[in-house]
Amino acid sequence: MKRIQQLLLALLASGCLSAQAAGGGIAWDKAPDRTNDFAALQNGAKIFVNHCLNCHSAAFMRYNRLTDIGLTEKQIKDNLLFATDKVGETMKAAIDPKQAKDWFGGNPPDLTLIARSRAAAGKGSGPDYLYTYLRTYYRDDTKAGGWNNLAFPNVGMPHVLWELQGERQPVFEKVSSHGQEVQVLKGWKQVTPGAMSAREYDDAIADLVSYLDWMAEPAQNTRVRIGAWVLLFLGLFIVVAWRLNAAYWKDVK
Amino acid sequence: MAELKEISPDAPMSAKLLNWVDNRFPASKMFQEHLSGYYAPKNLNVWYIFGSLSLLVLVIQIVTGIFLTMNYKPDAALAFGSVEYIMRDVPWGWLIRYMHSTGASAFFIVVYLHMFRGLIYGSYRKPRELVWVFGCAIFLTLMAEAFMGYLLPWGQMSYWGAQVIVNLFSAIPFIGPDLALLIRGDFVVGDATLNRFFAFHVIAVPLVLLGLVVAHIIALHEVGSNNPDGVDIKAKKDASGKPLDGIAFHPFYTVHDIFGVSVFLLVFSAVVFFAPEAGGYFLEYNNFIPADPLKTPAHIAPVWYFTPFYSMLRAITTQMMYVLVLCVVVAAVLAILRGGLSTVFKGVVAVGAVLLCVFMLSIDAKFWGVVVMGGAVIILFFLPWLDRSPVNSIRYRPSWNKWLYGIFVINFLVLGYLGIKPPSPINERVSQVGTLFYFGFFLLMPWWSRLGHFKTVPDRVNVAH
Repeated sequence: MKRIQQLLLALLASGCLSAQAAGGGIAWDKAPDRTNDFAALQNGAKIFVNHCLNCHSAAFMRYNRLTDIGLTEKQIKDNLLFATDKVGETMKAAIDPKQAKDWFGGNPPDLTLIARSRAAAGKGSGPDYLYTYLRTYYRDDTKAGGWNNLAFPNVGMPHVLWELQGERQPVFEKVSSHGQEVQVLKGWKQVTPGAMSAREYDDAIADLVSYLDWMAEPAQNTRVRIGAWVLLFLGLFIVVAWRLNAAYWKDVK
Repeated sequence: MAELKEISPDAPMSAKLLNWVDNRFPASKMFQEHLSGYYAPKNLNVWYIFGSLSLLVLVIQIVTGIFLTMNYKPDAALAFGSVEYIMRDVPWGWLIRYMHSTGASAFFIVVYLHMFRGLIYGSYRKPRELVWVFGCAIFLTLMAEAFMGYLLPWGQMSYWGAQVIVNLFSAIPFIGPDLALLIRGDFVVGDATLNRFFAFHVIAVPLVLLGLVVAHIIALHEVGSNNPDGVDIKAKKDASGKPLDGIAFHPFYTVHDIFGVSVFLLVFSAVVFFAPEAGGYFLEYNNFIPADPLKTPAHIAPVWYFTPFYSMLRAITTQMMYVLVLCVVVAAVLAILRGGLSTVFKGVVAVGAVLLCVFMLSIDAKFWGVVVMGGAVIILFFLPWLDRSPVNSIRYRPSWNKWLYGIFVINFLVLGYLGIKPPSPINERVSQVGTLFYFGFFLLMPWWSRLGHFKTVPDRVNVAH
């Protein structure tokens, strides 16, 4: 019993660095919400399948669920299916998990629910985190992968989208607050240009993050739409119940 | 056995059918005894809705639970995926699941409010002691039900929450480690734990819960409802034997409850459809990550409804034990000097106190934390015998009692808040003070409940109040 606990503890100590994704890091930017915008979601799905799905899986997400965001099964088959030929399949990563472990020191997490699991009280929503994280990579040669991140310090994943964003360096400013010198992020310096301008890149990431948000709960738009009718019905029902109650209690003294 | 009742052959079909049934099963009799002829006080206010609402939430939980069970897989390798399958691929699965997860929190909200109502109006006092005791048993059972149900989604918080709580049992001297092993069925929380928690959550505990609910309602209908004035309505009856201040439950309180239920459902649906995570309080963010025995989350907190008790557990440190020992010593000295006990009993108290202090200082504080956490629930059972006030309702108690009950509520909420936060030296101090206040409130009740100036209790209930 004791030994197992010790063993567990040792394992924890070695594994917890990568687990603290949401811990530490800079304040999060607010992610634009495009979960109702089919064009944005479709673009996000395209970026996701082309860039993320090589290493990450989305093991609970079926390809044919993309019909919910306006794609036809034929479109999905022709443009988005790489690893399988059945649209009813879930999204599996192209990479072999063992290989991934060798390359990155850990298995890339499944992304189905990433937008729900990365929220943190006081910091922001999961999409806020992802929107910040995917836009704050910088070159850091002291790291094995050559990249570091402001929202996820010492991240294991290299900057997969660097060709789109180009290489950037954060510019810090020293500010004294409460008698202490602290570094505050002032902006970014573009070192090498990417295929996209800074604005285009932010826009693409907003689409991608909205897609991740949608994928984490594909029923969310249905839920809100039905919810409005349910509340409307109950609102009317309350009036009826209220008057019924008043009618019965009118003469009770 | 009652004689067979004949009915005229010209009677309508429905009357004949009812007569046929009534000759074989007390359908009309039960309806009369528990609804149409059951007299409830006229002056019940909004606080009295939470009993009916608890019953409603219980039904919601059972019905949604049945549908969830049809698609859920109690297997460590499949559980997390099966919940996502329900959320994505099962038609309306997301609605059923959100109703169940929101229902769990709603259950505790209505039950806490229901208990608070009982507390302020003295609903636990003679002759309603057993109503209260059954109610406390329901609360305890509900905690077990919620705790075991929370493991089933098999997310990180499910897993590590269960790990932490089950490990608490191992702090019990001698039998602890074996007891924890028995609960888990393994050395760590694993597939065996999931299977037995599933069995307990879907059948064993709900059976107990239903039995207790029936006992709670039978006991209530035997003695009748209390009311905000704490006046006995059966004391004043009209010529036909009906209480003057009573009114038939059906139809008057059924229409009342329909109204209350519709308002509740509006709030409930607002959460289910627009904020099912409730900001991470009803569905914790970490629980969207599958359970990983090798990765402990940086901060493990139970779901909000357990946090007041969790705070009290964390408040018991080695330092705190010295304070508690001091409390025991002071109580023993007071009992010996002022208790008016015989010499033999004085000796028993002295020896008992010394032994208790020795145990308190020699056994790990973690164990006493578990005792305090359990004791915080168990002490509620004794409330009917701790309260010595000459009146039932807070309306006729000394005015300062309102402040005291107010502080009790704030203290409970603060303890709940601190239980969610990561530990810190200040949080620890505040929760220690809060724990002392919580127990002081109950343990000193036999004395403070008799103090002060009591207002005159009216003969009849106050309808216009």
